[in-house]
Amino acid sequence: MPILDHLWIILALPLAGAAINGLLGKRWPQSRVNAVAVGSVTLSFLAVLELVREFSQLTADQIPFVGTYFTWIIAGPFHVDFALAVDQLTVVMLLTVSFVGMLIHIYSTGYMAHEGGYYRFFSYLNLFMFFMLTLVMATNLIVMFVGWEGVGLCSYLLIGFWFLKQSATDAGKKAFITTRIGDFGFTVGVLLVFATFQSIDFGTIFKSLAANPISEVTLTTISILLFTGAVGKSAQLPLYVWLPDAMEGPTPVSALIHAATMVTAGVYMVARMNPLFSRAPIAMFVVAVVGAVTAFYSATIGLVQTDIKKVLAYSTVSQLGYMFLACGVGSYAAGIFHLMTHAFFKGILFLAAGSVIHAMGGNQDMMKMGGLAKKIPVTYWTMLIATLAIAGIPGFAGFFSKDKILEAAASGPHANLLLWLLGVAGAGLTSFYMFRLVFLTFFGTPRFDEHQVHVHESPKNMTIPLIILAFFSIFGGWLAARHFVGGPDYFERFLSPVFSAYAPQAEQAVGNPAAESAMAESPALALFHALTGWPVIVAVLGLVLAWWFYIKSPDAPKRLAKSAHGLYLLLLNKYYVDEIYAALIVRPLLWISTRVLWHGVDEGLIDGVVNGSAHVARASGGRLRELQSGNTRSYASWVLVGVVGFTVLLLVLFVTGVH
Amino acid sequence: MNVIPISYYLVLSAVLFGLGVIAFVFKRNVITIFMSIELMLNAVNLAFIAFARAHNQLDGLVFVFFVIVVAAAEAAVGLALVIMLAQNRQPLSVERMNHLKL
Repeated sequence: MPILDHLWIILALPLAGAAINGLLGKRWPQSRVNAVAVGSVTLSFLAVLELVREFSQLTADQIPFVGTYFTWIIAGPFHVDFALAVDQLTVVMLLTVSFVGMLIHIYSTGYMAHEGGYYRFFSYLNLFMFFMLTLVMATNLIVMFVGWEGVGLCSYLLIGFWFLKQSATDAGKKAFITTRIGDFGFTVGVLLVFATFQSIDFGTIFKSLAANPISEVTLTTISILLFTGAVGKSAQLPLYVWLPDAMEGPTPVSALIHAATMVTAGVYMVARMNPLFSRAPIAMFVVAVVGAVTAFYSATIGLVQTDIKKVLAYSTVSQLGYMFLACGVGSYAAGIFHLMTHAFFKGILFLAAGSVIHAMGGNQDMMKMGGLAKKIPVTYWTMLIATLAIAGIPGFAGFFSKDKILEAAASGPHANLLLWLLGVAGAGLTSFYMFRLVFLTFFGTPRFDEHQVHVHESPKNMTIPLIILAFFSIFGGWLAARHFVGGPDYFERFLSPVFSAYAPQAEQAVGNPAAESAMAESPALALFHALTGWPVIVAVLGLVLAWWFYIKSPDAPKRLAKSAHGLYLLLLNKYYVDEIYAALIVRPLLWISTRVLWHGVDEGLIDGVVNGSAHVARASGGRLRELQSGNTRSYASWVLVGVVGFTVLLLVLFVTGVH
Repeated sequence: MNVIPISYYLVLSAVLFGLGVIAFVFKRNVITIFMSIELMLNAVNLAFIAFARAHNQLDGLVFVFFVIVVAAAEAAVGLALVIMLAQNRQPLSVERMNHLKL
């Protein structure tokens, strides 16, 4: 079992790539930087494939397969090993991350070809792969935290990649600081886990959780704290504000980090900690509500954005909301399923958007595009497939995963009609704004000067990843297809050991094939129900509405914007959340930092103490200096004073009898 | 035989020492100050000898020899310095002798 016994190889390859390119790549030609960057990630992906082959031969009691490499920290009972583990959930994440990561690396070789700092970009990108793979393979919370913070660092570095641009560096800082708020909660959660279970190892935690009952208050607190971390990392309400700004980074970065992988880390973490969450119903409810509200809320903002990447950014926030909704209603498998399909179709959407921007010579404003379908056909077709997938049109990957989420919200163990309603409404909005994007970009007449912009299809190394991802955007969802004709869901069945092994007794029936088939209706009827369900109806409705608005009568949006001017402005300005945060948090914080901490504490107190002690020393020194006048007689007088004083002291001691 | 009590010697010694101190503090001329130092040293010598006699021990006498030797050496060096100073600056007042001050 070459790879299972050496899991570290999967991590070491991208790390080595990052180190080599980062240290030596500056003077290298692009082709050599490419070879190192793409080569290391491709080898890592091949290693993952080999890992999957070996993993399939393991027996059930060998899973999760743990590889411990060295002891990292020992402090009393606090013991941390650098250990990696593989189970079904890790396999899904590894495949998704390394596969999409590899394709985006290849795409980047085309997209970044004309940019400065080429080696730096690939060094960061490889480093990101290292941390992301660490995150998903970690078998304890501390190693996971290393990956968790590492991907945050790479996100910061890559958002601010064009560091000469003020807005890019600001966006990088915003992302880093906003996620830090969530990470604070996550850190406290990890400490609380250790305080409760005396361990930070997943297996140990889950076993002791299953063995001894622990107060629900503690579990709820831990779960909510951990979820805070997920809220920051996965850009949910109220900490989502950094993700739209993160679009300042290069487009492949948006695709890899801010759509396909890093932002899904929060979902992965919640799914990984499922035994904890499942035992804390209140925390579950919080997760579901945050997810559903975010899904709907950010979809409404996406309706009116005109920057092609901003639309996709809000769409990502919205789709992440669906994943949390799935976890919150207890269907972790559906959440992970959507995570995977989302990685495929959102990967395309961003990469194709990058291709469009590339073709338009840097323009990102959809109002200045139009009629591109004929000129860049590969980009058009792949983007159309991804749009059909994200909108949830039957047959495409997004349909299967989103339908499963909404099904769980409607009839799962923690079903909630209101959340389902929010999810369905969000699905309709998703369909509308995505088709709006496609229609504005590819249809109609060009709204730019065709003599100035030379529209051209992107090179092969950019289009081939698009085509591969498009294939998976269609067929990636078919793993669950038989579920819709009343059969088993292969994806859910594959993941079920992870989600049912330590599940509370009451819920162990869920995900059990026997229980599923019991409620099965006839295959044809099930298929009919799935195809005519509300999610599909609203998706088609959104499509038709977008078609009406942006192709049939292009004046309609303007008229609607006029008649509902207030609402339009509210959405266009993203509910003024950035302004509210600036007024409520940023400015008071700035005021306190400047007036109190800087001018008060730093200049007043700290400088005061330092300068004050220097002043005292100088003043007293100045006085004492006068003793050394150089006048012999004054020295003599002092000696005399000393002698007299000492003699008097001796006499007093002698008289009073103290020796 | 009537022995003079030790306290007489000590009082004399103290008076001589006091005179030496007063001269040292109030006089300005370097040579006078030297003389007052000699006066103080000899006042101490007197006390040493008085104690040596009273206790019938030689330690005090040995000390006196050392003091005399050191005083001689000090006078030799000191007077040499005074001569050099006198050649360079006329008034031998200690108040002018502050050139080693920073």
